[in-house]
Parts: sequence; C-alpha cells; structure tokens
Amino acid sequence: MAYSDKVLDHYNNPRNVGSMDKNDPNVGTGMVGAPECGDVMKLQVKVNPTTGIIEDAKFKTFGCGSAIASSSLATEMLKGKTVDEALAIKNTEIVNELALPPVKIHCSVLAEDAIKAAITNYKDKTAKEQAAVAQ
Amino acid sequence: MNLPIYMDYHATTPLDPRVLEAMMPYLTSKFGNAASRNHAFGWEAEEAVEKARKQIATLIGANAKEIVITSGATESNNLAIKGVAEMYAERGNHIITAATEHKATLDTCKRLEKHGYRITYLPVLASGLIDMDMLRESITDKTILISIMYANNEIGVIQPVREIGKLAKEKGVLFHTDAVQAVGKVPVNVLEDNIDLLSISGHKLYGPKGVGALYVRRKSPRVQLTAQIDGGGHERGMRSGTLNVPGIVGLGEACELCRKEMATESVRLRTLRDKLRAKLETALDEVYINGTMESRLPHNLNISFAFVEGESLLMGINDVAVSSGSACTSATLEPSYVLKALGAGDDIAHSSIRFGLGRFTTEEEVDYVAQKVISVVQHLRELSPLYEMFKEGVDLSKVQWTAH
Ligand SMILES: Cc1ncc(COP(=O)(O)O)c(C=O)c1O
Repeated sequence: MAYSDKVLDHYNNPRNVGSMDKNDPNVGTGMVGAPECGDVMKLQVKVNPTTGIIEDAKFKTFGCGSAIASSSLATEMLKGKTVDEALAIKNTEIVNELALPPVKIHCSVLAEDAIKAAITNYKDKTAKEQAAVAQ
Repeated sequence: MNLPIYMDYHATTPLDPRVLEAMMPYLTSKFGNAASRNHAFGWEAEEAVEKARKQIATLIGANAKEIVITSGATESNNLAIKGVAEMYAERGNHIITAATEHKATLDTCKRLEKHGYRITYLPVLASGLIDMDMLRESITDKTILISIMYANNEIGVIQPVREIGKLAKEKGVLFHTDAVQAVGKVPVNVLEDNIDLLSISGHKLYGPKGVGALYVRRKSPRVQLTAQIDGGGHERGMRSGTLNVPGIVGLGEACELCRKEMATESVRLRTLRDKLRAKLETALDEVYINGTMESRLPHNLNISFAFVEGESLLMGINDVAVSSGSACTSATLEPSYVLKALGAGDDIAHSSIRFGLGRFTTEEEVDYVAQKVISVVQHLRELSPLYEMFKEGVDLSKVQWTAH
C-alpha cells in the first residue's frame, strides 16, 4: 500500500509520544482498541483546570502506520482546544488531513474514540473531585 | 549492496539468469509446437520438453513419464484433488487435509464439499506439525485422499511426509503433497516418501512463472485422474493445452540447478538464517519464533515481535521486502490463518514477519536487514502502549479491551 506523505511524516516523526501521570487530577486518559484487532491507542490530555484548555496531549499507539499517524495528529489537534471543542473533533477531519484510504478509516474512528475516552475520563475525575469537595 | 533487499523468497523467486539463457531459444527461433509430429520445429520442441520432464523427474526421484505439466501449483493442486475426487468417487467421498494448507488446496476442498464430498481439516500442533495419531484416526473406509503439504509457505515447517506416506500406503489411501516450497530446497523423493501425487511450481525455484508440474505415480499404485481441462488430449489426456515450451524448458533447467546446488546452498542459507535469528534475539526481548525450528526449511524465519504491529514494522523497513501475517497487510483484513492455526493468538499473528532467504541473499544483506529491523522494532516499542504496560508488569491477557 502506498502511504500519503502526511502519514509517512507522522510515522517517521511522531508528535507528542509519551505518557503522563494518570493519577494527576488534571490528566485524562483514554485507551481504546484491542491487541487481537491489531490496534490499541492510548491518548492523554492535560487540562488547565481554571481555563478548561488542553495544555498538553500525549499518545502511544500499537497499530499500523495509519493508526500511529491518526493518534499523532490527534494530539496536535487537541492542544489549545477547550475540553468541549475537543469532544467536537470528528474522525473525518483526520481522514482528510492524512488522506487516509477507505480501508484505513477505522484508524481515524479509533483516534476519535480515544479523544472521547480521554476527555470523558478527565470529566469523570473532576466531577468526582468536586463531589468530594462539596461533601 | 543494492536496495531494496528482497527477502520474500516464499512468495516468489527471481528467474536465475542461467534459466533464462536456457529458455531464450524457445522464446525466439525454436518456437515449434511440441505436438507437431511431422516437422523439425515440432521435433525440437518435443525433445526440449522431454529433456525438461526428465530434469523435473530426477529432482524428486520420479520417472519422466510421471510428470504432468501444468500452469503452476494452483492448477496442480486442483488437478490432483479434484481429479482424484472425481476418478475415485465410487470408492469413497472423504478427503483429509490440514488447516495450514495453501488456499489452492483449501479452497479446492471447499468446492468439493459443496459437491457432496466430506473433508477433514486437521488442526495442527503449536509446532505447526499435524498430529499423526489424529491423522490415523481420521481415516475411514470412505477416505480416498490425504492432501498434506510438504513445507508450509508461511512458517516453513516441514510435515512428517515420510510417515504420512507410509500410513497412506498401509491404509490404501492416495497421498498428495503440495511440495511447492520444498522441492529444490530440501531433498524430496517420491519413492522413499510413498508420495502418489506432488505439486511443483516453477517460480518458487528460480524458474519462470506460469508453469508447474504434477507428479502422478504410475506404478504401485497406478494413479488415475479425471482431467479438469479438456481439449487436445495433451499430457496423456490429463491436461490438455499446447505446451508452454519455453516455460517447461525453464522449469527443467531450474530443477537441475537446484539439484546440483541444493547441498551447499541449503547449508549456506541455514547459516545466514540462523545468523539473522541470533542477531534479532540478542538485541530484542519478547520475540517469538512461529512454528518449530526442528523441522523447518533452512531459509525460512517466521518471527513475531510482541507489542509491535506488523504493517507498521514493514513501513519502517521499507527498503526490505518481507511479508507479515498482520491483518493490515492482507486483502481480507484477517490475520494469517496459518499462525492462528498454531494457536498463538491474533496478537502474535499481527506482530509476525516472514523472512524468506534465497539464492541471491548475501551475508551483507542479512546484516543490514537485522540492524534495520532491530532499530525499527525499538522505535515502535517506544510508541507502543502495550510494551509500556508489559514493562510495568501488567498482564495484558487480563486487561478489559474495548474491542471494536
Ligand atoms: C504452498 C504453496 N502452494 C501453492 C502455491 C501456488 O502456486 P502457483 O503460484 O504456482 O499457482 C503457492 C504459491 O503461492 C504455495 O506457496
């Protein structure tokens, strides 16, 4: 299969690879996919609690080049967005940006799922914390 | 050293220049039809075909009269299995094969199933080998054919062919073997192994594509086949169609070269293969060999790099031609059914790479490939959440994944 230049670029120079402390209250972690299916994405966001803006994003991905590129791109898109803006990111934006062929669209869907999972995790954490404070 | 490096010799092999040289006259001036009995053009073509038939037969310990020329091993497998099924339909309707066979065998059997035949697909052990006891127990009085490949095209595992042949003979069942990956690479002898039918492909042993052969035993027992292609009655009625003279000459020459060079070449390739394996295993943790190393083609290495997905690995070693059992690299988006049959789990199949070394592989290439694979696996493991979890001591089999 021929890869687009953008996929190759993200594969060769992945952005924001790494992990953040998942116990940090400001960090949301999402992990989606399964090893048997050939792809697992872990995506993390660090949110500024006062502004609600995503200040940092990190990923690690087990999967094909398009899965790696999709998650790498996702971390770039997340930084600087508010939590709600992040939830509005659609997989089609990733498909278009990376010029993914039809057989690789599931990689972008997985990246969207990872974003949602990370944000949901962050929101759950802050909700719990607020509940704890209120008590 | 030239890039890209070809290390996918199980998929196909380049034509040996000596083979091309032998073929050239038959692509140009010696263009006769081998079936033209009344002029010199026909005679010289026929003579060339008969010489080639002998070269092919000699490589496998057969007689030239037992070689039926085909268009390749897909056709040979089809002719052997369907030809026996039809010819011996009155004797029985049961065929035994194995889960790790090539599609040319499996899909042929599936078609016969639709026509009322009963097929047993033997599972394989983790080694990739069939269980002889299970084979023995699967044979019934309706069994007419056992079709088990000689060596597997993905994992290179060599089946206990001699034992299978012996058992088949004992039970009065015909034995076909798809020997595409073995012929010319390891010693194959149809008499010693009690093989009744054997498939060969030109392009897997440095001959041309589009030509192959089926060995059909003529004595004890005399095997009969129902032709699958009707026409002018060529190949003793078993396979009609004007003979592909240059292709056949090429196949013959390729067989002869393999016969002469096999002893030294297999030692050379085994040494290179073992070097490749040692380098990978020394530099990387969590690598798994798929299939047994005990009974295996000397030029095959099928290895899984845990926590790294195969296609992403191929992408990183893009100046090396190898293949992967990962779903992402297959047309069906399913991981390799051969590796799944070993019971290794889909994750291991997704992480697998098949290295196939061959006649033109050099030590320099092996060193380059090893180094490249090591650095790309290391890079991808830095990216892999699974490797990170493994390093943290998480038992990945206990994680609740969100399968999609
Ligand atoms: C084990 C095996 N059987 C059969 C075939 C089919 O051979 P051919 O390409 O000559 O039809 C192949 C090659 O892909 C093979 O590896």
